[in-house]
Amino acid sequence: MGIETEFGIVEPGRPQANPMVLSSTVVAAYASVASPPGRPARWDYEDEDPLADARGFRLQRAAAHPSMLTDDPSAPAPTGPDGGVPDVAAGAATATALDPGERERPVVEEYDDPAAATTILTNGARFYVDHAHPEYSSPEVTNPRDAVLWDKAGEAVALRAVRAVCSTPGMPDVVLYKNNVDGKGASYGTHENYLVDRAVPFEVLAQHLIPFLVTRQVFTGAGRVGLGQAGQDAGFQISQRADYVEAEVGLETTLRRPIVNTRDEPHADRSRWRRLHLIVGDATMLEVATWLRLGTTSLVLWLLERSQSRPEVLAPLEDLALADPVDAVRVVSRDLMLTARLELADGRRLTAIEVQREYLAAVVAALGADVDDATREVLDRWESVLDRLARDPGLCAREVEWVAKLRLLEGMRRRDHLEWDHPRLAAMDIQWSDVRPERGLYHRLVAAGAVETLVDPAEVDRAVTEPPSDTRAYFRGTVVRRYAHQVRAASWDSVVLDVPELPVLQRIPLRDPWRGTRSHVGELLDACADAGELVRRLGRG
Amino acid sequence: MAGQDQIRHRRDDEPDDAPEPVAAPAAQARDAEVDSLLEEIDEVLEQNAESFVRGFVQKGGQ
Repeated sequence: MGIETEFGIVEPGRPQANPMVLSSTVVAAYASVASPPGRPARWDYEDEDPLADARGFRLQRAAAHPSMLTDDPSAPAPTGPDGGVPDVAAGAATATALDPGERERPVVEEYDDPAAATTILTNGARFYVDHAHPEYSSPEVTNPRDAVLWDKAGEAVALRAVRAVCSTPGMPDVVLYKNNVDGKGASYGTHENYLVDRAVPFEVLAQHLIPFLVTRQVFTGAGRVGLGQAGQDAGFQISQRADYVEAEVGLETTLRRPIVNTRDEPHADRSRWRRLHLIVGDATMLEVATWLRLGTTSLVLWLLERSQSRPEVLAPLEDLALADPVDAVRVVSRDLMLTARLELADGRRLTAIEVQREYLAAVVAALGADVDDATREVLDRWESVLDRLARDPGLCAREVEWVAKLRLLEGMRRRDHLEWDHPRLAAMDIQWSDVRPERGLYHRLVAAGAVETLVDPAEVDRAVTEPPSDTRAYFRGTVVRRYAHQVRAASWDSVVLDVPELPVLQRIPLRDPWRGTRSHVGELLDACADAGELVRRLGRG
Repeated sequence: MAGQDQIRHRRDDEPDDAPEPVAAPAAQARDAEVDSLLEEIDEVLEQNAESFVRGFVQKGGQ
């Protein structure tokens, strides 16, 4: 699993600043302070396929909105509803794990479009410019606690990038925000990715994920000042993203955004896995909120995988289909008392908390007594948070982000007699997610001990530079750190090495996310002084 | 909402039928904590909220 975060970006006092240029400045500044010396590694687009649909077809390139064409570095995907449609055929690779393949070394140095700035970090993450925002895509991790750790590392990367820009003479001031809306109509995403067994039919995934995703907002929402896409009505709602959800299932991510996104770009062996790409979630600063979001969702996905051999585990969930899921997203997001009843397709009316309890019960029943400690912690907290939310949402102010934010806003409203349309409340909502500890309101709450944390700041520091040890991110990050000047390009499922004594580039596929771990390749990498030796040893198999 | 003294410890092992906090002292503790948080936050809040909010303009993303 992993989390992609598009950061809001501002040059204070200059709202008209070009966000793509500003974002490139941020990414390049981070590269200059964090990357090992040498030519920066490019992104390897060979296996990217953003137009493949999980329902079993490919969108025609000419029919796609240009903002969906994210696999062509010579034409960065634009943000608005206009732009040219480039014509590029996607390549296909069939090599097996860690078996080097050969690629031509370009005679002429490829052109680096500064607007397509991308950095592959030594922790296995990608930090780049996506749709006029700096985006941090975390390395692949195996559990929700590690997801929190490398998500926090992403905030630290964003902070260091801001510091790097602001400390460079002649560079503009810049601030990054980990949120999802600007209050004027624009939204930018925080996407979760989960590796899911390809054997689970997509229809089963969509059917059972929709009621879960619609109702999980009660503990995953980051809170938002303003109602409607442009915040045209005054008020507070639970989710940043809710007003931008316009379809149940679909391929798009920049318009007509769906509850379940069907992009079928597994970045892995397509015959074995799909990558579930969830775009409905909010960026969360609270560690417990991020942990529960990833933890509960991966447990539901485990249940769906389990149902392939034990269909009866889904029986308790069969009748939970919502009558109008897209409308229910808004209903839940506006229901601060958490008492609104959602109409189900079978005519029943349940609250969001009751729907969540059905999922919790189904997971608990399917797991039985044999539960590891990490899973037990997620289950216990899931139950405890639902119980306390039902009793009084305020009881979750240390764990659930919208509750923590609302508590502060209500305090301000009470103290200074403000109506919801007062600009100070909107400013607090934005400043909540400022990545700078001296300005961000979330950081002030941490400093005051008012929210619960799960990971140690020293751990986060290490995660900024070190990859997780138990996924292929270990191989990617370690190769980028050790053989920086010999890494030509890299991607989620490949590393391309440029070994001077070899006539062609060497492309090492990473089609299996579970290979390339420290236990798998740690000794090998420790023993190789340079990329040439690595290629020789891999070639010998 | 509960004051920090009610929620400082982890709630995992709390029994579901835990007694409701007594309303009046809890409300006072809550107000005191929120008020002190607000005082801290006053120092970092943007001075001109209106122009700050107006200037926070983003392009749509994914």
